[in-house]
Amino acid sequence: MAGQSYEEAIAELNKLLSEKADLGGVAAAKIKQLTAELSAAGSKPINSDERIRTGFTQFKKEKFEKNPDLFGKLAEAQSPKFLVFACSDSRVCPSHVLNFQPGEAFVVRNIASMIPPYDQTKYSGTGAAIEYAVVHLKVENIMVIGHSCCGGIKGLMSIPDDGTTSSEFIESWVQICNPAKSKVKADTKGQSFSELCTNCEKEAVNVSLGNLLTYPFVRDAVAKKTLALKGAHYDFVNGSFDLWDLDLKISPLPL
Amino acid sequence: MGPSGFTQQQENNNQETVTEAEKGHDLFNDLKSRFLSFKKNKYMGNLEHFQNLAQVQLPKFMVIACGDSRVCPSNILGFQPGEAFMIRNVANLVTPFENGPTETNAALEFAVTTLRVENILVIGHSCCGGIRALMSMQDDASGSLLESWVVAGKNARIKTETAASGLDFDQQCRHCEKESLNHSLLNLLTYPWIEERVSKGELLIHGGYYDFIECSFEKWTLDYLKMKTEGTDMLVVKDRMVWC
Repeated sequence: MAGQSYEEAIAELNKLLSEKADLGGVAAAKIKQLTAELSAAGSKPINSDERIRTGFTQFKKEKFEKNPDLFGKLAEAQSPKFLVFACSDSRVCPSHVLNFQPGEAFVVRNIASMIPPYDQTKYSGTGAAIEYAVVHLKVENIMVIGHSCCGGIKGLMSIPDDGTTSSEFIESWVQICNPAKSKVKADTKGQSFSELCTNCEKEAVNVSLGNLLTYPFVRDAVAKKTLALKGAHYDFVNGSFDLWDLDLKISPLPL
Repeated sequence: MGPSGFTQQQENNNQETVTEAEKGHDLFNDLKSRFLSFKKNKYMGNLEHFQNLAQVQLPKFMVIACGDSRVCPSNILGFQPGEAFMIRNVANLVTPFENGPTETNAALEFAVTTLRVENILVIGHSCCGGIRALMSMQDDASGSLLESWVVAGKNARIKTETAASGLDFDQQCRHCEKESLNHSLLNLLTYPWIEERVSKGELLIHGGYYDFIECSFEKWTLDYLKMKTEGTDMLVVKDRMVWC
């Protein structure tokens, strides 16, 4: 393919589409993506120092200096009511999507907003954040937010059945939500790969919520009703936000 | 308990259930109005931009910040949707490659090798609870998950106790916040696919420190070229700036 001209590449694509017309939609989406990437690649590189300086001075002037009471209190201590798990994706920051202001939410962001089951050593960063938020900050709600077009979920769904992986860390991480992938594949009614990914985005949130209950301090707080768990899915293609409760009935076992 | 006592307890239970239901309902309404406010003020007003973003994200920054509710980089540095791929963990720690898989290095791998970001910015901050826990730890082995994680910053604590031994505990914590941040910058270079891109000038590594008491932001950039020419493993920085 090296050295192939643009015309040759387009001719090859047109030939394929004339044989397989159903690929038209996929081709259109990918061409649009390619166009966006190429326009961005050609754009002027940003001056990172200038970008940070502008952002900070604007925050200081428009927010910090105009809310001395709030920021004065926050300088002493934080008492957020929420612990939020959101994906690292640049498009889904909860401060935008749910308008969280400074002080409102302790936020953890990782690939596909996943929560591994309780473990003292493996992926201890997640446990540390949950322990800090629940035991020290005493948050009242934990919310796990999945989202549309999640690269992490797509990566999970793309791992072949024989389990071969090509990344160093990414695929091991996303396999935390293998139960979601299995469920979605078992329940499938002939949906496209993209639809399966959307289902998996939501099911993975439920797997993470279930994993939250393997943390003893979470289980205790939920049983005492001082902590609520919520699942959510932000769809930035359609501009919608789904929010749900897990129906948890925790009752002490008879001794 | 006589019948009247039983009735009273029953009424109390009902009242509790109603209050819980009200609380849950209020929370749902609150979250709903937050999202609708975002949709009206940002999403609908920039529909074409959001539709383009829905196709692909091309952030130029990868930001690693603390989960602390007061330091979200979207607030303090005004990052808009699409600008910054973000990791948030306790005490904005980056562990070295040899420590094995963490949630942080999975995200690093994605940002550097797939998204090909041009800048990594690690942001530390004042009054960090995670750093305070690190500085307060009694020994390595403990049942606390928090301590199992922050112990990764052990070397920063040792350096702090040497360099800042004359200062009080709060001042030592502040020193450690920056020391740990610098250790994280050096740990980034232990990832071969990061060092390769930095050495080619395709990726810059920056440290940032947000002080929310006096509201200032300090920033510096890792000077890879100078580190190589001087043959040192110690951190050398350039382009240090403070805005206050």
